Amino acid sequence: MYVAVKGGEQAIDASLEQLARERRGDASVPELSVAQIKQQMRLAVDRVMCEGSLYDPDLAALAIKQARGDLFEAVFLLRAYRTTLPRFGVTLPLDTAAMTTRRRISATYKDIPGGQILGPSFDYSHRLLDFALMDEGAPGLAPERADETRGESAPLPRVTDILGQEGLIEGDGDLDGQAPGDLTREPLRFPASRDLRLQNLARGDEGFLLAMAYSTQRGYGRNHPFAGEIRMGDIAIVIEPEELGFAVEIGDVTVTECQMITQFKGSADKPPQFTRGYGLTFGYCERKAMAMALCDRALRAKELGEDITAPAQDEEFVLAHSDSVEASGFVQHLKLPHYIDFQSELLSVRDMRAKAMARANAKEAADDAA
Amino acid sequence: MQSATVPTDSPETAARQRWMAVLARAETAELEAAWAGLADKPAYRLLRKPEVGLVMARGRVGGAGGAFNLGEIAVTRCAAQLADGRTGFGYVGGRDVRKCELAALFDGLLQDGARQSALLASVIAPLVAAQEARKAETQNDAARTKVNFFALERGEDAK
Repeated sequence: MYVAVKGGEQAIDASLEQLARERRGDASVPELSVAQIKQQMRLAVDRVMCEGSLYDPDLAALAIKQARGDLFEAVFLLRAYRTTLPRFGVTLPLDTAAMTTRRRISATYKDIPGGQILGPSFDYSHRLLDFALMDEGAPGLAPERADETRGESAPLPRVTDILGQEGLIEGDGDLDGQAPGDLTREPLRFPASRDLRLQNLARGDEGFLLAMAYSTQRGYGRNHPFAGEIRMGDIAIVIEPEELGFAVEIGDVTVTECQMITQFKGSADKPPQFTRGYGLTFGYCERKAMAMALCDRALRAKELGEDITAPAQDEEFVLAHSDSVEASGFVQHLKLPHYIDFQSELLSVRDMRAKAMARANAKEAADDAA
Repeated sequence: MQSATVPTDSPETAARQRWMAVLARAETAELEAAWAGLADKPAYRLLRKPEVGLVMARGRVGGAGGAFNLGEIAVTRCAAQLADGRTGFGYVGGRDVRKCELAALFDGLLQDGARQSALLASVIAPLVAAQEARKAETQNDAARTKVNFFALERGEDAK
């Protein structure tokens, strides 16, 4: 138990002032603008939007600035902000096949129709610190576009559909007309359906999901996965407002999608085939999308009749601990005054010690007497 | 632009869906300039002032299966009634209230058959051109990173 503590207002005001000063840093260094964060710290912005579960690059950049670059704190700020806004409705489901693709790779097919598109990726960088970036304004930091046109991109069929043509992979599942569950409206209950699991994973902490995904690769609930397809790009947001009576596009968002493919030896009612794990994130969050897909597949263990032996297959373990705002809140609440609580524990420990001492003394006296 | 996924029911609706999508993707400055360039700006009143809210974006399990809730997107909506009684709606992603208001005004104006074709040519067509150019640049950037990996032929496979 913790109790309300009064007083300390002046100290708190001074603490907030100090926070504001430290946020600004050395006044001789130009202040960072929200636009600069949005443009030049884009992957941080994407992560905050994804885990904050709110797509708004300006607000995510503002949150990062306000949080002094603490991304957990920024996610918290975004989550708090969203509770102040009304919800107008839902979008039509995003059509990832119709994406304006900026990156698309497959580790299962060398020659996929439409080709492998690397896009902007760290994968082929040498991971050597680039000291040229320390020299602001140096030429060559943002290479000019080559003056060369490669024409329209071909449509990019999904890799899972290639396997699907042979019937070697499970389908996407039923298109039941039911509205999916919503964790922002009702609390998570177990067992959770796959739609709720995916919503939870989509807003889950990247570090946590990455560790869970890694654990499956290291043998804790092993399922040997292949990255069937990863794609990142821009996708139209379509809503259907009642007052209009027709669907309308309101803009585009960037998303990353990952299709993981895992061999499955079959069960009583399913032939041997490949099964799938699915990852989808706001922004360019490729590591997160991959981890999400691995976790999604691991959490399907029960449905696929696999033994549940590892933490990543235990939906309560994964889903109840994936949210960074919840985790951070509960861990950090330990900072709140627990003075009364602790006083009672102090009394209890003193009392136990006194009793233990008394017993020891009594035993010693008895031994001496013997 | 990316209208492949938008269901429609009539040519009139389809045309309106197209210009609303174009207005939603426009930069505020572009709409402001187009509004400033109008010779006869209509009188109007806001039936609904621009209002910022959220829509829940849905994905599909596996990309094409049942729906799930991915996360929310900031959106602004507004309704403007023009002097001739027509009502224009603005539904735009983000929180730019001025952009939303301008989108609603143009939506109202474009419903006026007498002005429609002129406005499509003077306002919508340049926006489409700008948006298509931006998209083409994105696609061109992506196309330039397209690779053809090749596996080396192994000895035992050689004929």
